[in-house]
Amino acid sequence: MKRQIFFKAGLPVLAAALLVAVYALAAQNDAVVADALNQAGASGPWWMWPLILLFFCFILGIIAVLAGVGGGVLYVPLVSGFFPFHLDFVRGAGLMVALAGALAAGPGLLKRNLASLRLALPVALIASTCAIVGAMIGLALPTNVVQIALGTTILFIAILILKSKNVAVPEVKNPDAVGIALGMNGVYHDASTGQDYAWKTHRTLPGLLMFIVIGVMAGMFGLGAGWANVPVLNLMMGVPLKVAVGTSKFLLSITDTSAAWVYLNQGCVIPLMAIPSIVGLMFGSFVGVRLLAKAKPKFIRYMVIGVLLFAGAKALLKGLGIG
Amino acid sequence: MSTDTTQTPPEQIVYSNMLFYGCWGSLALMAATYLLYVLGVLTPHVPLETVTQLWSQPVKAYLTQGNVPTGWGWFKLIGKGDFINFTGIVLLAGMTILCYIPLVGAYFKKKEPIFAVIAILEIVVLLVAASGVVGSGGH
Repeated sequence: MKRQIFFKAGLPVLAAALLVAVYALAAQNDAVVADALNQAGASGPWWMWPLILLFFCFILGIIAVLAGVGGGVLYVPLVSGFFPFHLDFVRGAGLMVALAGALAAGPGLLKRNLASLRLALPVALIASTCAIVGAMIGLALPTNVVQIALGTTILFIAILILKSKNVAVPEVKNPDAVGIALGMNGVYHDASTGQDYAWKTHRTLPGLLMFIVIGVMAGMFGLGAGWANVPVLNLMMGVPLKVAVGTSKFLLSITDTSAAWVYLNQGCVIPLMAIPSIVGLMFGSFVGVRLLAKAKPKFIRYMVIGVLLFAGAKALLKGLGIG
Repeated sequence: MSTDTTQTPPEQIVYSNMLFYGCWGSLALMAATYLLYVLGVLTPHVPLETVTQLWSQPVKAYLTQGNVPTGWGWFKLIGKGDFINFTGIVLLAGMTILCYIPLVGAYFKKKEPIFAVIAILEIVVLLVAASGVVGSGGH
């Protein structure tokens, strides 16, 4: 009974708390907030920010799972907008956060055949190569330009999540030559319906080309790119939704690895802030997965769209020197 | 080439098992080294108070003012509280490379040379990224 009350009342309260915190920070004068944050960073106890980050990322991990988005896509805009860390370090930690989440999910997805190596390998080669290029571009561009591009991308992601209508099992009448040559097909067992679904791909070449753009963006902004992987795999290439989601998550473990190395080698990963972020988000994800079966994530999904719109606008304004 | 059963291919199982132990091992290592760092068991190369002043600056300022090495330079400072944390981080970032190695042999054995070559190319791409030869700029 207590658990039911928690699921019905506690979760929306928890989710709303994050939203309120974000809005409360933003509602104040930005210059005052920035000064206070800088002073706290300079003169406050060193343990304050790692502790806040650990708690913040724990909540973020729960919300990310319930909303069906990766941690990185929420982490980068929110932490760069409202914490005293420079964008260089936020992107480095964001990639490590996305990478850790994807690596932890990988074994379960692969064993259950919900992620397909046959599908992931060619896609990963393209995306991970381009993620290196994206990371190099991201580190070479001035911070305000990256902020503007990040803000625009986050706004686009929010609209994409709002508008995207994925298809559970798309009909692929004519698999194409590239898909056949690469053996991009399989069968998966859906436990919820008890049925086996055979799948194959079409529009494989344009789909693979899309991963050039996805890889560059993942590397440039330090985001996981699940928000882009799923629509391309599902809507464009005709992969069933569950396999697309599973393969996308697994794919992030490869794409983000290449970009993470670039940030790591550049000194953009500061353990003092990166490790609490990773650990907080991982524990949050565990709790989120346990809550997922009982929660009604529709409200949280809309809330995340709201947070993304807000964080995207904030990043955009910051880049333009207005915010 | 086609996969016509719901059974998980054996190479996928191997990958999954390696990833499971590697991922959780690196997270445990990360947590343990972080405690050594923040509890002051090992003295950090960059004092904690200095890190909190520099993390709001661009990476270049952090590197110069903190005298922080780039690339694999951290390895020389592995005895320091802050840099010992990179053992777990690097293991986590290196897991995909390690997991790809058995795939090469598995696909050659299955007479699927295209996938074996794709796996080799991926290892090369990730090793290039890990080597630090790309992205020497930074701002």
